Amino acid sequence: MNSEIQSLLPLQPATFHILVAVADDDRHGYAIMQDVAERTNGALKLSAGTLYRSIQRMLEQGLISEVRQRPASHNDDERRRYYRITTLGTAVARAEARRLADMVKLARARGLAPEGR
Amino acid sequence: MRFYRALLHLYPASFRAEYGAEMEAIFARRRRDASGASAGWLWVQAFGEVAVNAAAVHADILRQDLRYGWRALRRTPSFTLTAVAIVAIGIGANTAAFSITDFVLLRPLPFPGGDRLVKMWERTPGYPRLEMSPENYRDWKRLSSSFSSMAALWTIASNLSTPGADPERVTGAAVTWDLFPTLGVTPRIGRGFSEADDREGAAGTVILSDALWRSLFGAQPDVLGRTVTLDDERYQVIGVMPPDFAFPSRQAEFWRPLQLSPDEKDRTNTYLTVVGRLKPAVTLGDASAEMNGIAGRLAAQFPDQDKQLGATIIPLRDDVPRQSRFLVLVLNGAAGCVLLIVCANLANLLLTRALGRRREIAVRAAIGAGRDRIVRQLATESAMLGIAGGAIGVALAYLTLPVLTTLAPVSLPTAGSPGVDARVLAAAAVLTVCTAFAFGVAPALRLGRNADSAGLREGARGGARRERLRSILVVAELIASIVLLVGTGLLIQALWAVSRVDPGFQSEHVLTARTTLPWPKYAPTEKRAEFYKAVLGRVRALPGVTSAGYISGLPFVVRGALWSISLHGQPEGLADSRSVSLRYVTPGFFTSLGIPIIRGRDVSDADGPKSPFVAVVSESLAKREWPGQDPIGQRFTVAFFERTIVGVVRDVRMRGLEAEGEPQVYMPYRQIPDGYMSTYAPKDLAMKLSVPPGQVVSAVRQIVKDADPSEPVSDIRMLSDIVAQETAPREGQLRVLGAFAFIAALLAAVGIHGLLAFGVSQRVQEFGVRMAVGAQPSQVAGLVLRQGVRLALIGVVPGVVFAYLAARSLAALLAGISPADPLTFSAVVGLVALMTVAGSLLPAWRALRLNPLTALRVEI
Repeated sequence: MNSEIQSLLPLQPATFHILVAVADDDRHGYAIMQDVAERTNGALKLSAGTLYRSIQRMLEQGLISEVRQRPASHNDDERRRYYRITTLGTAVARAEARRLADMVKLARARGLAPEGR
Repeated sequence: MRFYRALLHLYPASFRAEYGAEMEAIFARRRRDASGASAGWLWVQAFGEVAVNAAAVHADILRQDLRYGWRALRRTPSFTLTAVAIVAIGIGANTAAFSITDFVLLRPLPFPGGDRLVKMWERTPGYPRLEMSPENYRDWKRLSSSFSSMAALWTIASNLSTPGADPERVTGAAVTWDLFPTLGVTPRIGRGFSEADDREGAAGTVILSDALWRSLFGAQPDVLGRTVTLDDERYQVIGVMPPDFAFPSRQAEFWRPLQLSPDEKDRTNTYLTVVGRLKPAVTLGDASAEMNGIAGRLAAQFPDQDKQLGATIIPLRDDVPRQSRFLVLVLNGAAGCVLLIVCANLANLLLTRALGRRREIAVRAAIGAGRDRIVRQLATESAMLGIAGGAIGVALAYLTLPVLTTLAPVSLPTAGSPGVDARVLAAAAVLTVCTAFAFGVAPALRLGRNADSAGLREGARGGARRERLRSILVVAELIASIVLLVGTGLLIQALWAVSRVDPGFQSEHVLTARTTLPWPKYAPTEKRAEFYKAVLGRVRALPGVTSAGYISGLPFVVRGALWSISLHGQPEGLADSRSVSLRYVTPGFFTSLGIPIIRGRDVSDADGPKSPFVAVVSESLAKREWPGQDPIGQRFTVAFFERTIVGVVRDVRMRGLEAEGEPQVYMPYRQIPDGYMSTYAPKDLAMKLSVPPGQVVSAVRQIVKDADPSEPVSDIRMLSDIVAQETAPREGQLRVLGAFAFIAALLAAVGIHGLLAFGVSQRVQEFGVRMAVGAQPSQVAGLVLRQGVRLALIGVVPGVVFAYLAARSLAALLAGISPADPLTFSAVVGLVALMTVAGSLLPAWRALRLNPLTALRVEI
C-alpha cells in the first residue's frame, strides 16, 4: 500500500482539491466544483472537463468511488452521481498534505514563508 | 446548448456516455448565472476547455490501450513476430518500389522551375525522336515565341591529359552558352559561358564538374584561369559546377562551348540535344503546335532536307527511357501484389486471433467496456503491429535499395541515387496506416459487433460467414501469387532464351581496350595507321596473345554507326532500307573474335589509299543484295566510294543479343580519306588471349604509352563481360520479381495452412463425433485435404486469367516468349497445387491423429 501511495505522489492540484472536497462528505460533480472554488476563495475554478477527466482517472486509480446509494436529502436530481473518498484516497491525500507541509517547513527555515498561521 | 452538446463529441464516446449529461447540466447552470457580456466569454472558455481536456482523455485511453496491447501481444509472441514480419515484408517491398518510382518518375528535377523545362526533337516518319541539325535548331529558336530560352548540347568524350599522370578518357558535353541559364543553374565557382565564349574561333574555355575539380585540382578554390588539356587542346577553366549538377547525365564531367559554325548548313546532320524553358503562360500543347507549324514551313522551304519534318516536345522530367519506365511499373505491380497478399494474410491472422479472444472480449464488455472502446483497443493493437512492421519494413527497404538501384537508368539528369528520404518515409507512413487499417480495423469492427454475452457461452464458434471471408482472403492470396509466379516464370524463360542467342562471335578469353585517337592530331589516316601498326605489332608479339585487331566499334558497345549502301551507281543515302552497320577494321579482328571468314579473304595492311577500295561483308548482306550469285567481286557504294567485295564473314549481332540488327560491312582501316569520318576511325582493340588477362594488361598499357605518351587506355574489360552485361538488367529484374514471387508464394502457403489448421481446431468436436460413429481417420483427413484442394481450384482459374493479362502487358520484356507459354503456366499451377497440399498436410495429419475420446471431451 505504501509504495502504491508513493507512486501516486505528487498529486496534481486538481486531484488534491477533489480529494479534499469529498473528504468529509459524498458530493456530486457540481458540488465539488463549488466547494473547491469556495475554499480557495475563487482562486481555483475547475472546469467541467478537468473535473470529470480527473474523476475518471481517480476512479480508475481507486482514490474515490461512485456511490450507488444517493443521499436522500436536499434537492437531489436524477443526473447526479455522488463520489466518496476511499481508504486509499484518504491515505494518499494525507501523504500529499504531509509532503506539502514538509516543503513549507523547508521554505520557512530559509525565511521564504510567513511564520505560523 | 446544442452547440455544447456537439462540442462534447470531441470526447471519446465512452467518456461522453459517462459524464456528458452532467457536464451539460453544469454548463447550463453556468450560462444561466452568466450575464450578457460574460456569456460570450463563457463560450470561448468552454471551447478551449473541451478541446484541451478531450485531447487529454484520448491520450489517457491511448496510454491504457498501448499498455494493454503490449501485454496482449507479449502473451502471444509467435503471433506477434509473424504479424510484424509479414507487415515488414509488405511495407519493405512497397517502400523500396516507391523509392525507385519516385527517383525515376516522380521527383521534380533539381532545376528551379523544372516543370517548365522541355526536351525537343525533330520528327520524321518512322523516327519520332531525332536529334536536331544545327540549322534547324537555329531556325526553330529564331522563329518560335513559346520559350523564354532554348539551348542545345552535344555529348562528347575527350582525352584528358594531365602532366605527371596517365591520360584519361572523360565524358562531357559541348553546350550553347545559354544552356545553364535555360536550366536555371550557375557555377559554384567562377562564371558560366558568355555569348563570346560560344562564338566560332573563340579561345577554349571549360567548366568542370565538382568531381573532376576535386580529382584534378584537389578542390583548390583558385582553379579559375588554370588550363586543362582535352584532346591535345588547351582549355581555360572558368567555372566549377555544384556537386548535384548532372546534365545531360551523371557521367558528364566537363562542359565546353559548342561554338556552332554558321557554315554548318546540312539539315540532315542531326546531332543536337535541345532543351527549352516554356514561357510562364504557355502550355506544352501550345509549344508543340507552334513548333510543328514552324516545322511545316521549314519542310516547304527545304523539301530536300526537311521532307515531312515535324517536332516532338516532352517535359524534360518525362525523358525517361521507355524500358525504365516500364520496369518501374512492373516493380510496382509486383510490390502491390505482395502487399495484397500481406493484407489478406494479416486479416486472416487477426480474425483467427480475434476468435480466440472472444471470451476475453465478452468479459470486458460484460464489465462495462463499450463497443467503441473494444474496437479502439483492437485497432490500437493492429496499429502497434503496423508501426513495428512498418519501421522494420523501411529498414528492409533501405538495405535492399542498392540491389534495386541497378534498375534505375544512369541517364537521368540527377546526381543522387534512390534513397530513403522524407518523401519515401511519408509514403511508407501512408502505406503503413492504410495497411494497418485494411487488415486491422475490419476484424476489429467485426469482433466489436459481436462483443456481447454470446461470447461467454460455452463452445461458442465463429459462424459460416466468417469462414467464408477467410476463404475469400486465401483465394485472393492464391490469385496474387499465381500472377507473380507466372511473371517470374516467363522472365526466367526469356532470360534463358536471350542467353542462348548466338552473338555470332566468341567472347571467351577476348580482352578489349579503347584508345580513341584525338583529332586534329590524328586526322591524317596514315598517322593513325602508324599508331595501329606500332601497337598491334608489339601486342601480337606478347606471350599469351594469340591474335589482335582494331575495329571502329565493338559489337554491343557501338550499336549504331549505320550507313546506307547503293548499288549500280545510284546516289547513296536515298535507299534507307539498305542501311548497313559500317565498321573499319585492321587485319586480325575477325580472328580475335572468332568470326569465321566464309569466303574470300580478310582485309589486309596492303589495302591502302592508292589500291582498289575493298570491303568484307556479312552473309546476310550478300544474300539480301546478290541472292544466288557469288558475292566476291560484286561492287557497291558506301561512305563516298565504290568498293569491291573481297570476303564474306558470318553475321554478328551488333545491336546486342536481343536485336537482329543490320547486315555488316567491314572496310580496311587505311581506306578512310584523310580528315573524314572521325567517329569511324578504329579505336577498340580486341586481343584473343591464352593466359589470364592480368598477365598482359600492364604490358598493353606500356605499349600504347610507348606509341603515344598522351594517349589514354580506357574501358579495359573482357568481351565476355560486355556480353554478360547484355543480360544483367534481365537478371536484375528477375532477381527482384523472383524475390517478390517467392515471398508471395510462401505467404500464400502460410495463409492456406493457417486457414486449414484453424478449421481443424474448430471442428475437433465434429471430427470426434464422426469418428465415434465409425468414420475412419483417413476419411476425416481427406475432409481437410479436400477443403485445401477446393480452395486451390477456386484460386487457380481467376489466377491464371489475371496472370495471362499481366503477362500480356509484360510482353515487351519477354524476348519473344509467348505470354501464354504453356510450360510456365503448367509449372505454376503445379507449384500452387503442391503449395496447397503442403499447407494442408499438417492440419490433415493432426485430424488423422485425433483420438475421438479426447476430441469429444475437448470443451468439457
